[in-house]
Amino acid sequence: MKKAVLVLFIASFSLTIQAQHLFSTKTGQVLFNASSPVEKIAAANNQTDSKMVDKTGQIVFNVLIKSFKFENQLMEDHFNENYLESSKYPKAEFKGYITNITTVDFSKNGKYPVTVEGNLTIHGVTQKINGSGFITINSGKPAVNGTFKIKIKEYGISGLYIGDKIANEAEITVNCKYE
Amino acid sequence: MNYPLKRTLFFLFCIFFNALHICAQDIDLFKMQDDQNKKDDKEKTDIVTATFKTTRLINGQSIENVGRGIMDVKISHRFGTLNSGAYNFFGLDQGTMRIGVDYGITDRLMVGIGRSSFNKEFDGFAKYKLLRQSTGKRNVPVSISYAVTGIWQSLKDPATTYPIHYTDHFFFAHQLIIARKFNDYFSLQLVPTLVHYNIVPLASSPNDYYSLGIGFRQRISKRVNITGEYYYQFNKITGYYNSLSLGFDIETGGHVFQLQFTNSPGINEKTFITQTDGQWQGGNIHFGFNIARVFTIVKPKVLANTKW
Repeated sequence: MKKAVLVLFIASFSLTIQAQHLFSTKTGQVLFNASSPVEKIAAANNQTDSKMVDKTGQIVFNVLIKSFKFENQLMEDHFNENYLESSKYPKAEFKGYITNITTVDFSKNGKYPVTVEGNLTIHGVTQKINGSGFITINSGKPAVNGTFKIKIKEYGISGLYIGDKIANEAEITVNCKYE
Repeated sequence: MNYPLKRTLFFLFCIFFNALHICAQDIDLFKMQDDQNKKDDKEKTDIVTATFKTTRLINGQSIENVGRGIMDVKISHRFGTLNSGAYNFFGLDQGTMRIGVDYGITDRLMVGIGRSSFNKEFDGFAKYKLLRQSTGKRNVPVSISYAVTGIWQSLKDPATTYPIHYTDHFFFAHQLIIARKFNDYFSLQLVPTLVHYNIVPLASSPNDYYSLGIGFRQRISKRVNITGEYYYQFNKITGYYNSLSLGFDIETGGHVFQLQFTNSPGINEKTFITQTDGQWQGGNIHFGFNIARVFTIVKPKVLANTKW
């Protein structure tokens, strides 16, 4: 009995070793593309703040709208002032879960397909979204990448050119390498 | 097996304690994000942008600079005066124009060159952003820029009794532009200006002319703004008046169209501020327009290697 309890006692410590690990990055990339056949509308944000937890699959993204860089300065001004109104809503964020996180082995290098579900808030409006992508594990460090589409008008963004020069759906691509 | 209760309880407590330890390590990212957002809101400084829609308000410089690596082509036209009568189609038959190119060297420094048909003047200027308006952690109420313009009049000289030196054809303007964006709808700027003439007609005339410009823009719809500009001269050349202009700006995808009514036929700093030869009361009003079109010459670094 003494040995059994001792073994159980030591074993209980091992439970604490399997702690949750928090991965984060402040230089993640989010690409935005709402181009139409008439006009190229594309921007990149390389200062995305993202965190994820391996055990629970919790994942969050936080982007500053003013950090989206366009080739055309006037287009960037319109994006901020007229469409996204970034002075009122300076950030866009995503809070969600990687639903099949248990299929990802963080100790083994490889590319694992994943599905993501959660709440995306843009322009002050929150919508439930789901998408798919990949987690690539390299020496214990994960990197996520994936693409999904959003209907621009669903986020309260309005303007004459949406559906015309600006596509109705914007393609969002995420590329984050975590530490 | 006889086991003291105390020891059993002790071991059970240790196991239980370790289990608690696991729960304490649960990371909640959602709460972390909310806390971080609250902290950022307190710490961040928001630099005010787009106080005016383009780098010239109507005739004069605005607080805005052209972005780094961006070229802005400016075409300005001023028709004849409305009081020219029906025969001259209310001024539409005559006109002066300026064509210019501006370039942003850095986000704070821009340069530009241009040529006006009025008196065949070439102009070159540089504008530097000294202070930017911001809100948030660092609160700065106004933006301040400094602009210096050099003008070369290439008009052939009339016969004179004195020898003409090449420096006689140069004029300079120094301006301090102080602007404030009150909200998304209204911005105001003050422009104390010094215009220097290298040579003046009489020994009694001053070479330096001081004035104060005031300009505003009022947004009336998503893409349309009403603008106004007035330059009050503290000392002026006889026969000339203060420049008053009213206009409206229309923005489209890549262009800003500015339509205006002004009593100044000239378009560079020396001409429109100190050589406005008519008054609004007399009907000496010129209808005119400015078109500005931006081209990206140097792509932002962030986009250089991006693959869509």
